[in-house]
Amino acid sequence: MSMPLAEHDYIGLSEVPSMENSERITVPSEGIERSKGLNLKATELRLGLPGSESPERDSGHGGVEEKTVHPLGVPKNLVSGAKRGFSDTIDGGSGKWVFSGNVGSGVDLAKNGGFLSPRGVNGCGKTLGVTGSEANTQQSVVASNGVKEVVPPSPEKKPQISVANGHGVAPAAKAQVVGWPPIRSFRKNSMAINPPKNDDHVDGKSGSGCLYVKVSMDGAPYLRKVDLKTYSSYKEMSLALEKMFSCFTIGHCGFHGVPTRDGLSESRLIDLLHGSEYVLTYEDKDGDSMLVGDVPWEMFTDSCRRLRIMKSSDAIGLAPRAAEKCKNHN
Amino acid sequence: MDSISKKTKDSPNSTDSPESTHPSSFPDEVLEGVLSLLSFNKDRSSVSLVCKDWYNAERWTRTKVFIGNCYSVSPEIVARRFPKIRSIILKGKPRFSDFNLVPENWGADIQSWLVVFARVYPFLEELRLKRMTVSDESLEFLAASFPGFKALSLSSCDGFSTDGLKAIATHCKNLIELDIQDNGMDDFGGGWLSCFPENFASLEVLNFASLNSEVNFDALERLVTRCKSLKVLRVNKGITLEQLQRLLMRAPQLMELGTGSFQQDLTPRQCAELESAFSNCKNLHTVSGLWEANSLNLPILYPACASLVFLNLIDATLQSGELAKLLAHCPNLRRLWVQDTVEDKGLEAVGSCCPLLEELRVFPADPFDPDILHGVTESGFVAVSRGCRRLRYVLYFCRQMTNAAVATIVQNCPDFTHFRLCIINPGQPDHLTNEPMDEAFGAVVKTCTKLQRLSVSGLLTDLTFEYIGKYAKNLETLSVAFAGSSDRGMQCVLGGCSKLRKLEIRDCPFGNAALLSGLEKYESMRSLWMSACNVTMNGCRLLAREMPWLNVEVMKDEESDDSHADKVYVYRSVAGPRRDAPPFVMTL
Repeated sequence: MSMPLAEHDYIGLSEVPSMENSERITVPSEGIERSKGLNLKATELRLGLPGSESPERDSGHGGVEEKTVHPLGVPKNLVSGAKRGFSDTIDGGSGKWVFSGNVGSGVDLAKNGGFLSPRGVNGCGKTLGVTGSEANTQQSVVASNGVKEVVPPSPEKKPQISVANGHGVAPAAKAQVVGWPPIRSFRKNSMAINPPKNDDHVDGKSGSGCLYVKVSMDGAPYLRKVDLKTYSSYKEMSLALEKMFSCFTIGHCGFHGVPTRDGLSESRLIDLLHGSEYVLTYEDKDGDSMLVGDVPWEMFTDSCRRLRIMKSSDAIGLAPRAAEKCKNHN
Repeated sequence: MDSISKKTKDSPNSTDSPESTHPSSFPDEVLEGVLSLLSFNKDRSSVSLVCKDWYNAERWTRTKVFIGNCYSVSPEIVARRFPKIRSIILKGKPRFSDFNLVPENWGADIQSWLVVFARVYPFLEELRLKRMTVSDESLEFLAASFPGFKALSLSSCDGFSTDGLKAIATHCKNLIELDIQDNGMDDFGGGWLSCFPENFASLEVLNFASLNSEVNFDALERLVTRCKSLKVLRVNKGITLEQLQRLLMRAPQLMELGTGSFQQDLTPRQCAELESAFSNCKNLHTVSGLWEANSLNLPILYPACASLVFLNLIDATLQSGELAKLLAHCPNLRRLWVQDTVEDKGLEAVGSCCPLLEELRVFPADPFDPDILHGVTESGFVAVSRGCRRLRYVLYFCRQMTNAAVATIVQNCPDFTHFRLCIINPGQPDHLTNEPMDEAFGAVVKTCTKLQRLSVSGLLTDLTFEYIGKYAKNLETLSVAFAGSSDRGMQCVLGGCSKLRKLEIRDCPFGNAALLSGLEKYESMRSLWMSACNVTMNGCRLLAREMPWLNVEVMKDEESDDSHADKVYVYRSVAGPRRDAPPFVMTL
């Protein structure tokens, strides 16, 4: 499903990491969305191997081809470097940065946006506070290109809030509103802002809390969430993920622990039907995409914010061998 | 009245009673004896209106009191009227406080009530609180003040911690029920459970499923062993399957079970033992918990499934196949709560496996995550309605819906009493026709004549509310969000729904004209909530001035301008304006 620019409407509310934003932007799309992609390509945060960035930037108009060559999992220093350029924006931005092209949402956010930043910051998975700054990065860059153009029409599948019905109140498309949907924040399954008293649900003070991260799999219809604290090793987690997502692959599937020189294992999920391999990647707290298995387990659980099972054809940028990748790290 | 005087004349005891056709000649003892048999408070309220003698007889025989809004009456008034109360149900904050719309420290503190109760009802046995603020000190006070205390139920409350539970466990020697649900409480550890004395054996209901900290399993096992009357046990996810098996062996008489974690890797022998334990529980009719249940472990439930009446799967993230397999064993299910990870396919299984289903609640697994676009749709709901014709209570969170689907659903199931539909995207139209969802709710109110509770969502114009006002004659509770086009909508509801008791509205374009159109109606209602609407301070002041028996309270948001009334809470009260209102609550 293509959701090229919708995340920008979320304005700091989206859990989608910037790298995924750019991934989505490159998904093939028709007409107007494609031209919007043009606007963004030149300025968006892109991830690529050293040396591969320039060609990408130049061929930024080729929206259709992007997907297959879209690299991920850039060596860390390069990505951080790219990001540092936007650090001013990140620091300067707040959760309340408003998309001026969409006044209704701005009003709504200004009213209700306050609740976003402070709470649940240490929450399970990616936090709104952090992604706020990430999304701001995207949007502040985008804004400089002319805000109005970037407001997307909704893709057919995506429900859009009708603002034109004489409402006095115009809730932003997909912007998060206080207390909506009406689900109690006590429910641990939600990534909701929990009242401070409920910190025991969240990755907590005493470490006895949970550490929920989202797990997505390319091609699967929905995301799952796992509590990293329930696993004590990569093997356990791999097995659990395999069980969880086994319904999406046909035929024999399994994570094969392939020990590398450093004794760390790399996982692969084989889908015989499609003949493609899956790799397990994660996004760390800096938003960088990494292959799972590179770092010691504890370090991984500390820094992992989101997991993604992606087709290895999409992960060309990821070094095939964990050991080699380690070399590129600081 | 006439029939009563007739009775007096014709009764064999009429010669014993004073010569009179007046109803009050009926001897008090007899009247009280009869009235003490009345259990429903609605009946009691009717009885109390007959005449003064009946009013008195009723108040002397009432043992249970239900107070739906703690500020509608004061503890002193309750104490004066009902001298013999043993069981109290108290509800505090407006329901939207569950969704963070009410600031902290709003009120509804139980302490002032407890102080009065301790003086007047030393034999108090039961206290059931919802959306009240309860401190640890209050719990300690409770434990110390009522020697015969038997049942404590705390739901959606806040302000206490496991320390308060320690006091209850330690001092309430006659405790039968401890039910802790969904509270904003601090969890400092599971040590409270170990505070039950070793000779304490009266517990019948224990629910600590919402507490995260692990309890001492040995203490729990011993407790379960000696409480031979234990009927309801809901443990938290710290209890493993292995431990659950031991608990079940100790308590085969259980009727309601909330399991702990269902995730453990089991050996075949452990599986067999668990299956055996479940089949031993002949009275088990309700199961919940099932954290992280997977398809490997669910089958151990099967021996108990045939007699299951209520299955609560909201903590088990099941997929459609897993649910289908499970439900194939549950033909007698009346109530089912699931997460929308089961998707439409799972709901099809509901429709085909559970023909006796009366209640379905589908919760979104990731309600706040804009990435997630899947869950259940209109097809799942329709599928359920086809198979489960007795459906009367539905709570359905979905990301798309159509008018046609809802029309079909209520045609299949015209007996709805509670219809709560939440289309997650505010103001979303029919996803096929792009029209408002007016006709959907029109169909609901036209077809479901017994409808008591309705929650609307999606893109709605005033037409929805015209329908509601015109057809929903039994409606008591209405929840509205991001809907309507003008004041007319709310006016239609206030004018048409004669039995309306609770109206909660947020983010709708209803203003002063709408608010004031209900001037005389609010006294017959429990409460009105309006937030983020177009009501002004002047409108509220006018309402307050015209209706002295109403409390009109306004809470303002930080950035709003002076004239706007951001959050308005209106309720009838015989206790006058609140004396404990925090600074951010303005009583007009």
